[in-house]
Amino acid sequence: MRGFERNIHGWLLLLPAMALLVLFTHWPALGTFIDSLWSTARPRRPSAFIGLDQYRSMLADPVLWKSVVNNLWFAFGTIPISVALALLMAIWVNDRIAGRAAVRMAYFTPTVLPMIAVANIWLFFYTPQYGLFEQVLARFGAQPHNWLGTPDTALACVIVVAIWKEAGFFMIFYLAALQQMSPTLAEAAALEGASRWTFLRRVQLPLLMPTTLFVLVNAVVNAFRSVDQIIVMTRGGPDNATSLLLYYIYEVGFKYWDTGYAAALTMLLLAALATVSLGQYFLLERRIHYR
Amino acid sequence: MSTLAQGGAYAPAGAGRALESAAAWLLAMLWLLPLIYAVWTALHPSEFSTRFDLSAPLTLDNFVQAWNAAPFARYFLNTFILVTLILGCQLVLCTLAAYAFARFEFAGREIAFALVLAQLMIMPDVLIVENYRTMTWLGLVDSIPAIALPYIASAFGIFLLRQAFKTVPRELDDAARVEGAGRMGVLWRLYVPLARPVYLAYGLVSVSYHWNNFLWPLIITNSVEARPLTVGLQVFASTDQGIEWSVICAATLMTSAPLLAAFLLFQRQFVQSFMRAGIR
Repeated sequence: MRGFERNIHGWLLLLPAMALLVLFTHWPALGTFIDSLWSTARPRRPSAFIGLDQYRSMLADPVLWKSVVNNLWFAFGTIPISVALALLMAIWVNDRIAGRAAVRMAYFTPTVLPMIAVANIWLFFYTPQYGLFEQVLARFGAQPHNWLGTPDTALACVIVVAIWKEAGFFMIFYLAALQQMSPTLAEAAALEGASRWTFLRRVQLPLLMPTTLFVLVNAVVNAFRSVDQIIVMTRGGPDNATSLLLYYIYEVGFKYWDTGYAAALTMLLLAALATVSLGQYFLLERRIHYR
Repeated sequence: MSTLAQGGAYAPAGAGRALESAAAWLLAMLWLLPLIYAVWTALHPSEFSTRFDLSAPLTLDNFVQAWNAAPFARYFLNTFILVTLILGCQLVLCTLAAYAFARFEFAGREIAFALVLAQLMIMPDVLIVENYRTMTWLGLVDSIPAIALPYIASAFGIFLLRQAFKTVPRELDDAARVEGAGRMGVLWRLYVPLARPVYLAYGLVSVSYHWNNFLWPLIITNSVEARPLTVGLQVFASTDQGIEWSVICAATLMTSAPLLAAFLLFQRQFVQSFMRAGIR
């Protein structure tokens, strides 16, 4: 095929997807930046160019900082535990334990369920007085406690739900990696008299490094776009104790309708996600090339 | 995958195996507990929500109440239309784009591919403010296409299919062309059938993602006619009229049931699809 024709064909095939990508990804990303430089139009005050004022008010916004800190705690709370659990689950399911198909299904089930639905079930677990936790704890003579209604425990409650939802999802990737490992590795290590723990630490874990990186990147991205369970369970409360970044954007953009400020907040979230992706690029893609 | 004997030399035996199985089962029970609890609550009268009495009478009353309390039939229809619309459009658009990237040497291909991959970083989930503005401008607010549009050109789908198309041997392509097939004919009769497992994997991931998606549909819809199940469930569960937990549990199970049933039926495909989708 001649060059000209090839160009036309290639671009024609790409056109529909590209048009939608430009309209709903590239343009909005650019628009977010532009909007963040303008004030939000109000009934008597049209939108005006204000430069970096939105970003200046971000610096002085305690709720934003609270949300950022919450989001970091949320990430630190969910990621290590869910990744460690995922690895443990994968090792168990990979071994010849009894009924492992059923066990694997049990671990994976939360992944397929809508977060919005399971968050409602968890909401009841945490309910004061009537909730399952309270009832069980009351039997052991514990003091009544409002789990979601107390700033000290609300974020931890949300973290538990996230771990429960995510661990089985990450397990799948570890399981795939474990199954691709040659059994001769285990045989060789056993011949050398390595204990199982040594085999895990010295052979399996290093070989699982690319999987771990992939899972970690996914986990960080997920931590920064978690919002469903917040809307159902706490609405960011009490006293912004569970407000996460995306939830705060939602609140500013669609409850206070301050779109200019919401755009500036979105820029912050985009910057965070870009940092993660670039980190992934330098850690991962350098080693794996898709040519 | 379950037929392969794994673990090899370090597969636990005897007491170790029993202990490991017990621990694995304990965690599995813990993981299923919320679901089991929801089933218990939904199938019993509300006074048994926290009283676990095996003699408690079974009832489907909670499901009937939930079904009658909100237009769930309409929500089901909306979600069904939504996931079908998204998947159908995604398959067509991603196939064409992936074919271009895999088999056409056109000017600017590398830049175009980078622009596509940018979506993996700048997800539609995050661009809610601007996309709402665009939908207002298009006059689509509160409609099912408005929920679907930002997700149709999926970088993930283009990427997966491009990888699959690249594994098709050039010789097959050339042979089909020699026999007189056009470029679209080759795509349809050679590439698409060979990539069937990838289509299945992508389809399952896409359907479960959009069945469960919540924030964007919540923002862009405000009427029963456009609301998908997830938003409908939230509107139903968060009213202040003090709905019984047993009814909420019934509604919760109802909205997850089709996906859960599909998962139990196609368990192996689901797990393998998510695996395949993850290992890029």
